[in-house]
Parts: sequence; structure tokens; C-alpha cells
Amino acid sequence: MKCREFVEFLMEYLDGALVEQERSVFEGHIEDCPACVNYLATYRETVRLGNSVCTPDAEVPADVPEELVQAILSARRQR
Amino acid sequence: MTLEAPSAPGEAKLLERLLAGEEQAYEELVRTYGGRLLAVARRFLPVEEDARDAVQDAFLSAFRSIHRFEGNAQLSTWLHRIVVNASLMKLRTRRRHPEQSIEELLPGYLEDGHFERPASPWRTDGLDPAEQDELRKLVLKSIHSLPEGHRNVLLLRDIEGLDTEEAAELLQISPGAVKTRLHRARQALREQLEPHLREAPPS
Repeated sequence: MKCREFVEFLMEYLDGALVEQERSVFEGHIEDCPACVNYLATYRETVRLGNSVCTPDAEVPADVPEELVQAILSARRQR
Repeated sequence: MTLEAPSAPGEAKLLERLLAGEEQAYEELVRTYGGRLLAVARRFLPVEEDARDAVQDAFLSAFRSIHRFEGNAQLSTWLHRIVVNASLMKLRTRRRHPEQSIEELLPGYLEDGHFERPASPWRTDGLDPAEQDELRKLVLKSIHSLPEGHRNVLLLRDIEGLDTEEAAELLQISPGAVKTRLHRARQALREQLEPHLREAPPS
């Protein structure tokens, strides 16, 4: 297996969607390839970062702008 | 991801008042969930006016269909789906700008199948609050620089927490296409983040 194929099958590996034989080839490659170890770790980190930067805690605007509230309520009354 | 909801009894009470058509309850719904819905809309629609339009469309649609809301889901989850849908509808009405092809953003390989630029470990732990804030802005900016078709899949799956089938239905593409685009979007995002996050080489 080459790094290119490793990357191709990476998501299926993480989703547990590879069959036993494919998984063992995949895992065999990781043992020999530090670049792919780093790739795997940073791919996972990318997913985690995407997720964590958008949690409600990380988001500043808990308030809704007053003019938007008024626009919504006024549009509702006009229906 | 679901929006943080008021307590279940509070939500049930609000729902009851909405179903009774109580004017004050509509306002309460908008004030309680508006800010969080706006944050969701802004992820899909970087232009503030578009994001606000999507939130307005979402609430009007929620008011119209509140009697169809079934108590087995949370009100917040239901509203989240509605604003995601409203944001995607809004996107479809926008003129598409020419954008970079996803291929150019994927990792490059040598002829023998090895990486052109091998990946390095990242430093994302032990950041101080200012660095964390910077990282958050970097991630959002990088997500927004992805081509739209790939960006939307990444937003729906990895950020808004929809499953493959839900994302496929909303985007009107096949579940297989969702999977392919998600994997490519993640790879492209990883490439964008790499130069900023790689550990400094030992001096």
C-alpha cells in the first residue's frame, strides 16, 4: 500500500467500514510509515477542530440583534 | 450538534403557548433561539444580510408549521434543521462565484505514491485563550475557503451533526456523493490548516 491509497481509504477505516483483510493491510502500512501516522492524527484533529470551534460555548452571539427580532415579528403579523 | 435548549418542562410550556397562538410566545421563541440560529446561518452564509434573511425565513416557516411539530423531538433540534434548510435554500438563490477546484486543495503525491510533502505532527494542545480564539477564526476561515459543494457537506456532517442520509436529502445528492465530498473536504481543510499548526522543527 502507498500513501495515496492510505489516504483514499482513511475515512472508511475511521468509520469501521473496511473488511478485515483491507484493515490489516491498512494497519500494516501505518506501522511502516511515519508520514501516514501524522496524516491520520492530523485528519482526526481536523474533524475535531471543525466540530469544537462551532460548539455553542465557543460562539459569541447568544443574543439576537433587536432589529432582526422586530423584522421577524413584523413579518409574522403581515402574513 | 444540537442547540442548547431550555429545560424540557420550559420547552413544553412554550410549545403549548405557541400552539394557542399567544403573541408573546412567538417573541419568546425568537429571543430564546434567534442568536443560536443566527450562528448556524452565518456558517453557511458569510454575508450577514443573507444569514439574517435565512433566520427570518426559518422562524416564519417554524411559525407556520408549529402544529406539525411532534413532541418526540426537541424544539431546539427541530429549529436547527429548519434553519439549516433555510440557509441552503438561500445559498441556492445566490450567484455562484468562480471557485478553486477541490483537486487543487488535496494532498499531492510523487509518482511512487508517497506524499509530496509528508504530514507533520500538529500543536493544538495547551493553547492560551488568545491562541484558541485565533485557531477558531483560522478554522472557520479555512472552512469558508472550500468550494461550496464540499463546504456544505463538511458543515452538515462534521459541524451541524447530520448523518449521511440527512445530508444527502437536504443537498439533493446521493449518500455516496456525500461520503466522497466529505472525505475530500476534510483533506482540503487539513491541507489549509497544516502550515499554521505544524509543530516548529526542533532548533
